[in-house]
Amino acid sequence: MTTPLILGLLAGAILSGTSLLYATLGETIAERSGIVNLGLEGILLIGASVGFSVTAASGNAWLGLFAAGMAGGLANLLFGWLVVTRKANQLASGLAMMFFGFGASALIGARYVGAVIVGLPKWRPSWLAGFRWVKATTLFNYDLLTWVAIPVAVLVWWALFRTRWGLGVRAVGESPAVAFAAGRNPAVLQYQALSCGGVLGGLAGAHLSLSLTLTWSEYMTAGRGFIVIALVIFSKWNPLRAIAAALLFGGAESLQLQMQARGSLISPFLLDMSPYILTLIILVAWGGSRRLAAPAGLGRTFYGSE
Amino acid sequence: MPEGGLTAVLRRSTALRTTVRHCGIGVGALLMFAAILLAAGKDPLKAYVDTFHYTLANSYGFSELLVRMTPLLLAAVAVALPARLGLINVGGEGQLYMGAFMASAGAFLLPTAPRLILLPFVAFMGFMGGAIWAAIPGILRAAKLVNETISTLLLNYVAPLIVSYFVFGLWRASENSAYPQSSPFPDAALLPSFFNTRIHAGLLIAVVALLAYWLLLEKTRWGVDMRAIGGNAEAAQRLGIPVPAWIVTALAVGGGFAGLAGMGEAMGIAGRLRQGLSPGYGFAGFLIAWLAGGRPLGIVFMAFLFAIITSAGDTLQMTQGVPYAVVNILLAMILFIVLARRSAGGTSK
Repeated sequence: MTTPLILGLLAGAILSGTSLLYATLGETIAERSGIVNLGLEGILLIGASVGFSVTAASGNAWLGLFAAGMAGGLANLLFGWLVVTRKANQLASGLAMMFFGFGASALIGARYVGAVIVGLPKWRPSWLAGFRWVKATTLFNYDLLTWVAIPVAVLVWWALFRTRWGLGVRAVGESPAVAFAAGRNPAVLQYQALSCGGVLGGLAGAHLSLSLTLTWSEYMTAGRGFIVIALVIFSKWNPLRAIAAALLFGGAESLQLQMQARGSLISPFLLDMSPYILTLIILVAWGGSRRLAAPAGLGRTFYGSE
Repeated sequence: MPEGGLTAVLRRSTALRTTVRHCGIGVGALLMFAAILLAAGKDPLKAYVDTFHYTLANSYGFSELLVRMTPLLLAAVAVALPARLGLINVGGEGQLYMGAFMASAGAFLLPTAPRLILLPFVAFMGFMGGAIWAAIPGILRAAKLVNETISTLLLNYVAPLIVSYFVFGLWRASENSAYPQSSPFPDAALLPSFFNTRIHAGLLIAVVALLAYWLLLEKTRWGVDMRAIGGNAEAAQRLGIPVPAWIVTALAVGGGFAGLAGMGEAMGIAGRLRQGLSPGYGFAGFLIAWLAGGRPLGIVFMAFLFAIITSAGDTLQMTQGVPYAVVNILLAMILFIVLARRSAGGTSK
C-alpha cells in the first residue's frame, strides 16, 4: 500500500461515511425515545430524490438540501402519527414507510433521471492544501455537510445527554410510564425526537445525491437504511460512537470503490456484497452485549397508563 | 337448532362486515393513490380503467393475473409459516432470488438428464436455495445473536448480487446480447405451461403449498406446537417443545417456498436466469401474509388483489410513463389505513 492509496481510502471513507453518520444520528435520537424506524431506507430515498429534484429544478443545491431535510422530517411525522398517535405496530409501520419511500421517491425523481446538477460546493482550507500529500487526493476537499458532521454528532450527544430535553427523551425511551408520572409528555417528546431524526435522515439522503453520486436513480440508497439500523446497535445508541461506526462502514465502501477503480480481480458484484455481510458479522459479534445498552422501552407501544 | 341458526346468521353478518371493511380499505387506498397521481400530473382514472381493461376484461388478462399470483402465493406462505412462531421474515425477495439461482445451477449441472429426473431435481434445488438463505437468519435468531427482521432484510441485498455475478460471468448467454441473462435452460428443465397461456406448473405448486400450510396448521400436532411457541416461547420451551429447532425449521421451510417462487419465475416464465427476475414479489408476499393475518383464504384473496395492483404498476409504466416503483405508494396507502385503524384500541403488540 502506498501513501496516496491510504489517503485516498481515508478521503473516501469520510465522504461515504458522512451520510451514514447523519442517518445513524437521526435513528439514534428516534430510538432513544423508544421508537425503531425500520422505514429509514424510505426516508433516505425521499431525502435523496427531493434534494436532487429541487436542486435540478432550481439550480440551487442549498435549496435542495433544505427541502430534503424538511421532506425527511415530514415523512417521519407521518410515521409518528402511525406509531405514537394511532399506536400502530412499529415494525409494520416502518415497513409501510419503506414502501412509501420506494414509491414516493420514484415518483418525485422520475422527471430528473439523467439530469445534470451542480452539487453542494466543496472547498479545502488553503493552509491544508499546502501539504504535498494532501494535494494529490480529495482529502479535506469536502462540502459543508461533511465539514460539520462531527460537530453535529457532538451536538446530538450534548442534546441527548446534557440537556433537560434529552433527559426527557431518554426517560421516555426507557419507560414511558415513569416519564409520564414525572410530568413529561411521552407523545410530544417522541414526536420531537422523530422530527429531528427525520430531518437528519433527509439530509443524509440528500448528501448521497447532492455530493456523492450527483445523479438520481431508483433505489439508489441500496439498503443503507438497514445498514444504519445495525450501526445504531453497533454504536450502542451513542452519538459519539456513531462517528467511529460510520467511518468504519464508509471505509468499507471506499475500499470497495478503490478496488474497483484499480481494476481488482475480484468481481464488482462480490465487492458490492461486502457492506451487508460486514453488517451481519458485526451484529453477530455484538449480539450478546447489546441488550444492556438498548433503551428498555424500545419498540413497545405506550398506551398512556400501565 | 334455532341456536345453531343464530350463530350461522351472526357468523355470516361478521363475514359481511369483514368484506365491507376490506372493500372500504381498498377504496380508501385507491382514492389516496389517485390524489397523489393527480398531484403528479398523471391521470388516475385512465390508469384504473386501463388496468381493469388489461386484467379483468378478457381471458388473456385474467390468465396473466394467475401468472402473477403464482410467486405471490408462495412468497406469502414463506412469510405466514414462520409468522405462526412470531417470526418476521422480510427476506422473501432474497430467498426468491436464491431459489432461482440454485434451480438454475441444477439445470446447468444436469443438462442432459431426462425431464422426469431434471424437473423434480430443479424444484428441489429451488426449494433448497430459499431454505438455506432463510436458515441463516433462523440460526442467528435461534442462537439469540441477531433479530431475524434485520438479517432477512440485509440478505435481500446479497442474493441478487449472487445472481448478477453468475449472469454476467459463468452463465452469461453466449449469443451477443445486450440484455444480461444466462443461456437458455435445457428444455427438460422448463415447467410445463397450460391452455396456451403463461400459466405454468408453478401455480399447482403454489396451491399445493397453500394446502400443505393449512393442513400443517389446522390438522397436525406440529401446528399446535407452532402456535404454542408463537403464544409464549418461554412456556413452550418449558413444555419440552424444542423452540430453537422450530425457529430454524419454520424459517427454512418458509424460505423454501419463496425459493420455489423464484424457481417458477426462472423455469416457468423466463426460461433463463435473469438479473431482475422479481419486481418485489418477496416484499409483496410479506404484505399479503400480514394483511391476510396468515389465513389461507385471505392469502388467496390478497394475492389476487396484489396481482391486480402490480399489473396497475405495469400499466402506469406503459401508458403514462410512470416508473413501476410508484405502485409501492399504493401498497403503502393500504398499509397506512390498516395500521391506523387497527390499533388505537390496544390490540397490537
